[in-house]
Amino acid sequence: MEKIKTLADLKRKQEAVKSQVNLRDRASRAENLVQIKVAMATCGIASGAKEVMEYFVEELEKRNIEAVVTQTGCMGYCYAEPTVEVKLQDAEPIVFGYVDTKKANEIIERYIKTGELVDGIIPKNYETIN
Amino acid sequence: MSKYKMHILLCGGTGCQSSGSSVILDNLQKELLMKGLSDEVQVIRTGCFGFCEKGPIVNVLPDNTFYVEVKPEDAREIIDEHVIKGRQVKRLLYVDPENKQHVPDSKHMGFYKKQLRIALRNCGFIDPENIDESIAHDAYMALGKVLTEMSPTEAIDIIKKSGLRGRGGGGFPTGLKWEITSQSVSDKKYVVCNADEGDPGAFMDRSILEGDPHSVLEAMAICGYCIGADEGLIYIRAEYPLAIKRLKIAIKQAEEYGLLGENILDTGFNFKIKLRYGAGAFVCGEETALIHSMEGKRGEPANKPPFPSVKGYLDKPTNVNNVETFANIPAIILKGADWFSSIGTEKSKGTKVFALAGKINNVGLIEVPMGITLREIIYEIGGGIKGGKKFKAVQTGGPSGGCLTEKHLDTPIDYDNLIQAGSMMGSGGMIVMDEDDCMVSVAKFYLDFIVEESCGKCAPCRIGNKRLYEILDKICDGNGTQEDLERLKNLSNVIKDTSLCGLGQTSPNPVLSTMTNFWEEYKEHVHDKKCRSGHCKNLLYYVIDPEACIGCMLCVRNCPVFAITGERKQSHFIHQDKCIKCGACMEKCKFDAIHLTPDYVMA
Repeated sequence: MEKIKTLADLKRKQEAVKSQVNLRDRASRAENLVQIKVAMATCGIASGAKEVMEYFVEELEKRNIEAVVTQTGCMGYCYAEPTVEVKLQDAEPIVFGYVDTKKANEIIERYIKTGELVDGIIPKNYETIN
Repeated sequence: MSKYKMHILLCGGTGCQSSGSSVILDNLQKELLMKGLSDEVQVIRTGCFGFCEKGPIVNVLPDNTFYVEVKPEDAREIIDEHVIKGRQVKRLLYVDPENKQHVPDSKHMGFYKKQLRIALRNCGFIDPENIDESIAHDAYMALGKVLTEMSPTEAIDIIKKSGLRGRGGGGFPTGLKWEITSQSVSDKKYVVCNADEGDPGAFMDRSILEGDPHSVLEAMAICGYCIGADEGLIYIRAEYPLAIKRLKIAIKQAEEYGLLGENILDTGFNFKIKLRYGAGAFVCGEETALIHSMEGKRGEPANKPPFPSVKGYLDKPTNVNNVETFANIPAIILKGADWFSSIGTEKSKGTKVFALAGKINNVGLIEVPMGITLREIIYEIGGGIKGGKKFKAVQTGGPSGGCLTEKHLDTPIDYDNLIQAGSMMGSGGMIVMDEDDCMVSVAKFYLDFIVEESCGKCAPCRIGNKRLYEILDKICDGNGTQEDLERLKNLSNVIKDTSLCGLGQTSPNPVLSTMTNFWEEYKEHVHDKKCRSGHCKNLLYYVIDPEACIGCMLCVRNCPVFAITGERKQSHFIHQDKCIKCGACMEKCKFDAIHLTPDYVMA
C-alpha cells in the first residue's frame, strides 16, 4: 500500500477515494440536487433504458453536475420508452419520453444546466395519491 | 469514478449481527452475483444505525430507502423488486406507530428527526473496515491540520473553548485535562482511551468503535501531539470482540498508510496505538483502577491526587479520555470551537449519545444535543412506552446514577441539571421503566450489580453495599420494618461519604434516588406489605373469589399447610398468615376462582 507522507498526500488520497462514497453523500442531501429517475421496467430496458441510465451517471460525473440517478418502475408511458423523470431543485418533476443518449445529452446541456425546456416532454395526465 | 450505481448499506453492529446480518450480507451478495449485478450494486457492512429495536437494518441508496427487521430470506426480494425493478418492498418499510403509514426513508422517522450526530457522524454510513471510506469522510484531516498549522497549545485552546466535557460520566472539561497533562514534565507520556464500558444497558462506546474506529484513533493522535505523548493505549473489554477486531484492522490500515507510526505526515510527530484488554470489571472504568489493570495489577482504584495526568500509567503522566469524548475531537478541530459551543446548553456543550433501553418502543442508540428534554427523548425519539403503559421513571447514569420521574420530563438534560435532579449523566445509559416496575426492586437490582462489582478494597463499599442489598431484599420479601428504612438511608449516606473511589461514592445513588422519588412505594412495601406493581412475588396474595368458588374442596385438600378453610358447597377462604404462596391451590382450581392480588386481605 502506498504511504501517505504529507498532508498534501492525504488530501490527494481523499480526492481519489471520494468517488467511492459520493453516492452516499449525495443521497443524504438529494432534495438539493438534480434527481433523475430512469424508468427501468421491461419495456424501458428493452428500449435501451440501461444505456441511458449509464450515460446519465457517467456524463453528469464528467460534467461536474451533482446528481442522484435512480431507477424506477414503469411510469406507464410504454409507447415513449425510455422515459426519464428529471427533478431540478425547487421545481416540479418533468418527464421526458423517447430518451436516447442524444436526447440525454440535450437534457443535460439545456434543461439541467440552464432550465430551458426541450422537446419530448410528456404532460402529466394523472394524479397520484400519497 | 466508481461504477456502482447503487449502494446497499447493511448494519454490521453487534446487535444486528446477532440477528443475522452476516447471513443477509451473504445472501445479498449471492443474489447480486447470480443476477450479474455485482459490478453495479455495492453492499457495504457499516457500523450501528442506532435503530436497534428494528434491526437488522438495510439502507438502499441513492433513493435512501430504509428497510427494517430484514430477514436473510428477504434478500432476494430486495434485489428483485427494489434493485432490478425499482419498486420498494413495502412490507419491509418502517411503519410509523402513530399514523400507521409506511415511512420510506430515515429522514422522516421520528427516531431520527430530533437527532444530531457528531460522535456518531459516520456510524451506519461507512464501512469501518475500509480506511479509504473514512478518509473520504475527512478522517485524519483534523490530525493533518493540527500537525501542520497549530502548536499544541493552540489546539488545546480550541478544545478548551469548545466546552467539551468528558463523556464517560464525570463531565470534567476535556481541554483542561489535556492542558494539565501537557504541563506535566516527563520523558514519556501516555494517551489512554477508556473503552471499558460497564454500565448495564450502555453500548455507545462499543458502537462508535465498531462503526467509526478511525475517529478515535485520529483523536488519540491529536491528543498525543497536544500533551507530548508518542504512545496511545486503548483499554477495551474482551467482551467486545467485534470492536476489538475492527480496531485492530483500523490500526493496521492506518499504520500501512503511515497515518500512525513514525514521522506522521512528514512533521516529525510519532504516535503508535496499542490495545489492552480488560476482563470486564465495572470498577476498571475508573481511571486509576483502569491504569492498575493495564499495568497488570489488580483492578483497584487508588487515592487521588496524584491524578493520572501527573502520575499515571507506569508512573508517567497519562491522559485518560472516554471513547465518545475522543470521537468528538476531530469534528471540533475541523469545524471550530464556536460551532461546537453553539450546540447545547450554557455549561454542557455539544451532543450526547444515549443508549435507550427498557420499556420503550424504539430501543436503540441516539445522539441528541444537550438541553433536549426527557419528554422529547422518550416520546418523540423513543416512540413512547411499550404497550401504551404509563411512564414511571428513567434510570440514567447506570448503577451510579439515579432515576428521573414524571416531574423531570421537561427538564433540559445536561450534566448539571441531572446532578441537581439527583442523578447523573454517566456514560449515557437510559433505562426506561413503566408502571409494572417496582422501584424497590430496581434499587435492589443495581445493588446486586454493585455487590458483584465492588473490588473489595475499602470497607464501606465492600461491606456496606452488601448490607444495603440485604435490607432491600428483606423489604421486597415483605419483612421490612420502619427501622430498616431508616437504616437504609443512614447506611447509604455513610457509604457515600467514606468510600474510596467513585464506584463506592455513587453506589447508594439508586437507593437514595428511589427513596426520594418513590418514598410511597417503600412505605407500602414495609407497612402495607404491598407492592403496587405486582413485581415482588412475596407481596402478592392468593385470594378466592367467592362468586366463582363452588366449594369443591379441591384446594382445601391440596393446600400443604392447611391455610384454606371452608365447607363443601360454600366458598372457601385462604388465611394469609398461614399461606406460603406455593400456588398449589391456583393450579388445582378448575373454576379459575383463585387469583393473585397486590392488596393484603385480612382474615
